[in-house]
Amino acid sequence: MTTTAPPPTTPEPHRVARTVSRPGDRIFAGMARGSGILLLIVMAAIALFLTVRAVSAISKDHGNFLTTFEWTPSLNPPVFGIAVLAYGTVVSSVIAMAIAVPIAIGIALFITHYAPRRLGGPIAYVIDLLAAVPSIVYGLWGALFLVPHLRGVNLWLDDYFGWTYIFHKQDPNSAARSLFTVGILLAIMILPIITNVSREVINQVPKMHEEAALALGATRWEVIRLSVLPFARSGIISASMLGLGRALGETMAVATVLSASPVLSARILDPVGGTFSQNIVAKFGEADDFGRDALIASGLVLFLITLLVNGAARMIIQRRKEYSGANA
Amino acid sequence: MDAKQASGRPASPRLASRHLPRWSPPAIAAGAIVAAVAIGAGAGLSSHIQWGLIALALFVAGSYAITARVEGRRQARNRVATSLVWSSFILAVIPLYSLVETTISKGAGIVDGTFLSHSMNNVLTIQPGGGVYHAIIGTLEQVGIATVIAAPLGMLTAIYLVEYGKGRLAKWVTFFVDVMTGIPSIVAGLFILSVWFVAFNKAPASGFAGSLALALLMMPVVVRSTEEMLKLVPNELREASLALGVPKWRTTVKVVLPTAVGGITTGIMLAIARIAGESAPIALLVFGSAAINTNPFKDPQSSLPYYIFEQYNNGNQPSYDRAWGAALVLIAFVMILNLIARLISRWKAPKAGR
Repeated sequence: MTTTAPPPTTPEPHRVARTVSRPGDRIFAGMARGSGILLLIVMAAIALFLTVRAVSAISKDHGNFLTTFEWTPSLNPPVFGIAVLAYGTVVSSVIAMAIAVPIAIGIALFITHYAPRRLGGPIAYVIDLLAAVPSIVYGLWGALFLVPHLRGVNLWLDDYFGWTYIFHKQDPNSAARSLFTVGILLAIMILPIITNVSREVINQVPKMHEEAALALGATRWEVIRLSVLPFARSGIISASMLGLGRALGETMAVATVLSASPVLSARILDPVGGTFSQNIVAKFGEADDFGRDALIASGLVLFLITLLVNGAARMIIQRRKEYSGANA
Repeated sequence: MDAKQASGRPASPRLASRHLPRWSPPAIAAGAIVAAVAIGAGAGLSSHIQWGLIALALFVAGSYAITARVEGRRQARNRVATSLVWSSFILAVIPLYSLVETTISKGAGIVDGTFLSHSMNNVLTIQPGGGVYHAIIGTLEQVGIATVIAAPLGMLTAIYLVEYGKGRLAKWVTFFVDVMTGIPSIVAGLFILSVWFVAFNKAPASGFAGSLALALLMMPVVVRSTEEMLKLVPNELREASLALGVPKWRTTVKVVLPTAVGGITTGIMLAIARIAGESAPIALLVFGSAAINTNPFKDPQSSLPYYIFEQYNNGNQPSYDRAWGAALVLIAFVMILNLIARLISRWKAPKAGR
């Protein structure tokens, strides 16, 4: 019925493409536009609700929300703050990045430049699949396999690097449920995603650049250093930022591994500390309504942090799109 | 050896530079391992990891020194880079392999017909027995509802962005899809929680609330992948259809979408695989239960990832065993979804005229 001739309502008779609005077109465009608008409304509502609950919680906080160590909203008067959580989140993510980024770049280079060609494809495929392993499985493996196996590493670090203070372990016999272990586990978790994105960027490096370097007599490493890495740098940075965003927000892997306590310690091998998301899951069960509002407030802070990190990553990608006309 | 032929006049420039023989890297590696074993056994180091690290360090240093002597500094650096790249690959393979291997070996003994067809109702957590039936039902229902909500909305949003979107609204939508992509799953759970508080003034405890959070996590993934696929559809197809007088909406539904359907399906299935493994929002919104609850709109439910978390928190061996079993079921579920998705995308890849 929609293909029948539209009623002659248009005043200009010689215009070929008449701007007739068919009802089907209008409905469909409305639906498409509507779902876009719905998305905006949902995001706005969410931000509003979260902020309202968070502000009402923070206004009743008798400690300083930013500098208090304890998380005890059930006390009278309630005292809670994010100092330990923010510190733990940042430290574990920094450890994760320090381990994961170099290794991920190494794997990406391995797949694209070093592995035998027949192996590169399947390896990339397997790493792709590993990115889909649910985080709770990493958490289970981390708590039941990694923690006991890292004991020796912890003792070794304490023995030889204890003098740095960072690697000093107060009680050498305590389990390795520390921010350091969390960092290692997060590194393993974000390795696949950083590798995948970096590999895609490295694959886009124009062959001409590499061949030009080779023709000048460069070794394979010099080709990578002179033509591959400069081209792929911003892509690798944004891949790392995406990984960082994951590490910051990771919940279950941290909640299973870390033995949390409200202590802020620079000794990363001690089983103390906490992260935003771990704290939310751990405290949620026992929290009353006000306690949940307090947790929502901490979630809002986490959200803002990940927003900043992801925004920075996108900006880097965006910039790159503008100047890299070479990959066509 | 080429240099030897010109050895009549030693001062003459060599045409080919000196090379280490091809067997030198394995030989250096073997030497490094022997030396490391000697050092390790001699110093009484118990951990074999330390032996391996010593061997690695000796290998890198040794190949640098030998290559630098024979072939020069640049070649030596090249070799060091090569061995670093290889060792980073091996270093990453070990934990990832161990993860998969542990899950399979510990889970395989648990997963059987009873495990898959029984709930945890009336099973003491310290006993062996019980199963994941209720968790599988919960996961399927929650993920199903989330997909029913997120897939059409996501596809329509993508259609809007590609086929209609111009101007400020499209820019905002794109921006907020990016924002949504970065939402940590626990924050999505808190979002829905706060909505429930404001709207109903009580905490949710139903599978449906969990589905909403999962839909929130799923939607940006669907939008992104659908968008990419729609952009691959050649414009000639749209123009040909429009030129025949077909209205734009029919063009979109009958020409554009069928062309891209393979890629869109793949994207949706990958998104399903991602949310099926989410446990954080479930912990906040659905709470979990030991019994079978087939009604996602009332009363707590369980779900596979949350079940693993729950069993881990019980902290005893039978519960750990069940957790490994459930982890194996979950990984199998996610991997099968992934593989099917990739097969579909291979079979039905849009034959874009590029």
